[in-house]
Amino acid sequence: MKKLILGTLLALAPICAETIVIQNATVMTEGSKGIFKGSVVVKDGKISEVGEKVMVPAGATVIDAGGEYLIPGIIDCHSHIAGSGGINEGSVSVSSMVNIKDIINPDDIAIYRALAGGVTTANILHGSANSIGGQTLPLKMRWGKSAEELVFAGATPGIKFALGENPKRSGNPQGGRGAIGAIQLGRYPATRMGVEDVIREAFNDAKAYKAEWDAYDAKVAKGEHPIAPRTDLKLQALKEVLENKRYVHVHCYRADEILMMIRAADDNGFHVRTFQHVLEGYKVAKEIAEHGAGASTFSDWWAYKIEAIDAIPFNAAIMTKKGVVVSLNSDDAELMRHLNTEAGKAMKYGGMSETEALAMVTINPAKQLGIDKTVGSIEVGKDADLVLYDGFPMSDFAKVQKVWIDGTQYFDREKAISQQATKEAEKQQLMDKEKAAQRPMSNRRPNQ
Amino acid sequence: MKLLGLLMVSTLAAFAAGETVLIQNADIYPMSSAPIKGGSLLIQDGKIIEVGAKISAPKGATVLEGKGLRVYPGWIDSGTQLGLEEIGSIRETNDTGELGDFMPQLKALSAVNPDSEHFGVVRVNGITSAIALPGSGGGRGGGGGQIIAGQAALLHTDGWTWEEMEINRSAAMVLNFPASAGRGGRGIPAEFADMFPNAAGGADARRAVLDQIAKLNEFFDDARKYKIAKAANLPDFQKDLRFEAMLPVLDGKVPLAVNASRAAAIHDAIAWADRQNVKIVIMQPRDLIKAGPELKAKNIPVILGRVLALPDSEDAEYDEGYTQPLDAYKAGVKFALGTFTNEFVRDLPYQAATAVAYGLPHDEAMKALTINPAQIWGAGDLIGSLEKGKLADLMVVDGDPMDVRTQIRHLFIKGKEITLSNKQIRLYERYMSRQ
Repeated sequence: MKKLILGTLLALAPICAETIVIQNATVMTEGSKGIFKGSVVVKDGKISEVGEKVMVPAGATVIDAGGEYLIPGIIDCHSHIAGSGGINEGSVSVSSMVNIKDIINPDDIAIYRALAGGVTTANILHGSANSIGGQTLPLKMRWGKSAEELVFAGATPGIKFALGENPKRSGNPQGGRGAIGAIQLGRYPATRMGVEDVIREAFNDAKAYKAEWDAYDAKVAKGEHPIAPRTDLKLQALKEVLENKRYVHVHCYRADEILMMIRAADDNGFHVRTFQHVLEGYKVAKEIAEHGAGASTFSDWWAYKIEAIDAIPFNAAIMTKKGVVVSLNSDDAELMRHLNTEAGKAMKYGGMSETEALAMVTINPAKQLGIDKTVGSIEVGKDADLVLYDGFPMSDFAKVQKVWIDGTQYFDREKAISQQATKEAEKQQLMDKEKAAQRPMSNRRPNQ
Repeated sequence: MKLLGLLMVSTLAAFAAGETVLIQNADIYPMSSAPIKGGSLLIQDGKIIEVGAKISAPKGATVLEGKGLRVYPGWIDSGTQLGLEEIGSIRETNDTGELGDFMPQLKALSAVNPDSEHFGVVRVNGITSAIALPGSGGGRGGGGGQIIAGQAALLHTDGWTWEEMEINRSAAMVLNFPASAGRGGRGIPAEFADMFPNAAGGADARRAVLDQIAKLNEFFDDARKYKIAKAANLPDFQKDLRFEAMLPVLDGKVPLAVNASRAAAIHDAIAWADRQNVKIVIMQPRDLIKAGPELKAKNIPVILGRVLALPDSEDAEYDEGYTQPLDAYKAGVKFALGTFTNEFVRDLPYQAATAVAYGLPHDEAMKALTINPAQIWGAGDLIGSLEKGKLADLMVVDGDPMDVRTQIRHLFIKGKEITLSNKQIRLYERYMSRQ
């Protein structure tokens, strides 16, 4: 119901997208047209034509992108931006009742910065303090819009699971480090054994809960009037997992825990949609591929903790070669701004092609999030989420020039530069005003 | 697979130290002079013997055909914890942050673990030398919050022992210059200091900073008295290791590597260094537009932190980090780059490339990773460029070395060809073979 209302709201929103022709660009489509030099036509927020030569519709804005590269909007499969306050409900071992959707802050400057780095969609995840964390969802980086307008309409929601050091840290009798958020001393689990148990126990309960509801639904379907079971918000989210209506995104590092998760999922009849970080995924790439899970990893982060000690920059290449759909994510507001060059590193480490490498920040994360029918490549009918670079987009020598989401331009470097002076002046004015208003305060004495 | 093949070839071709190697028909980028297209470079006994258009191979020399390849000096990272920190989150593997406020006698060099996996990882990306900093990284290792943290070492990223890795064991003395609101000099504006006495930059915090500066001055005064006492050779003179370590600083032989971020802190540090008459290098400055003119006027070099860094404040331009090197260049300030976190060291050339994307001339970016840091760290006659007589720290690559697509084909450190392998490549090979 909520989704329906939201959909209606979005439909009512004014369509400010104009008709645009971006021409003479090197277009890296990540779709059936491969890489070509030519044009892309955008109409009503969608890609309406792609080709070497296109007809320029009457009244269209023509952008000459000679020497520039056009790619699909970058999709970050693992981000924690745009959250208001904490994103880690770590006080309990299972926090599947909480939802990131409830704390979206559309004013987070990280949204704008991500946009300026070519990101058009990001999967906003709960933190990793507990084995089963909160509910998650993808957002479009529509900077300036309301929280509800950022939501990626129609995308399947998700839930965050976490394995290894982070969820067990809360159970450490000596306590954890502050970085992970709310830490309670002695909270179960304290080991990888306990992490597995928490997940299996939760699904044991969820299956019983689902059985109760299935029996109820069956009776209703037969025209009976049974008493409905009590809704359990914690188990409801896991019931949705069992029904394949909610994607499981699992934070993990080591091969042993990845394999454990696959078997726990197999035994309980659900699927892992993506393994996140998955730094030792290359060791169990075969099992990940067999399970049908995607893998969303870092390009070359390693050694920041012991479970990242065997991380290798070839991880993405190995998993890809072994048949896993791989994406590269940021998990970080800074790294998020250059996922294009993170993809470039996959060309260096493991010799992936341009198309394979770029896929890891465009069409592959779209597939992993189940949104590849609408985004992730430059193809007719898809959302016009596009990024224009002034050079080969996976080299650090290139920078983002323009970004469109749904055919609306949300970032333009030229504008950003030309507005700098005005913004500085406005900031100075505001600061002067604030100082003028605050100055008498500093003269006050405590007793006054 | 291509890479694997490449690695095996270079493993087979690896030359022993001390051997004579002629690289020929390669494009040579010496940094100190114009590029030589299709030139030659001769390595003998660990050094560059000759660089020129055409050098004939001496008897017994191994000839490395460089057609289509380029030769550059190895990269220098001017801020790391290489060898001092293995795993960020595990205290037992960290030896960066010692206890004690004034600890100039501490030496990073002798705590460097030559077998750290980080060396192998950064080496294969062309990092041939680096500054290892004590007291960085938030004082991990137990201590931290020091004012004088010890001696930073300039070292090669290859060697059997730290002694063999040494280029300059006392490249700088690390000073965390006391600044309001922590070491970086951030915090609330002065007019609000009384309202929030305990806040960063508040009145109490400011007083604490003044106390620390007083202590710092006192320490320098004592060191000078020590110097006089030592020179006087009095019978009751007693050697003091802390003051002894300060003598090269007082004599201007070793610069202070001063951590100062904001313009105000940089200004304070410069004024202080003037009064103390000591040489300084500013580490990780952020306000170069403001601080640039003074740095230039005083001829003080800077080590910029990561280019790929978030802006300092919410309302700063999104590309603030990307344009720091351009700001330094425009101000005429001599600069080099540091990554300041071990896991980012191998990305040093890509950090520099980002600065190029945002306006820094390509040559200036190259200098910031080669000749500039060599000169700043007192090794301008040893490394940083391809010149006759310098150590043969160089890489043979198949493209622009700051472009992520470029592969390193050969790497030499002190004239020894380095096998382009490491733990990560071995894991790659091992798990690619898993059926």
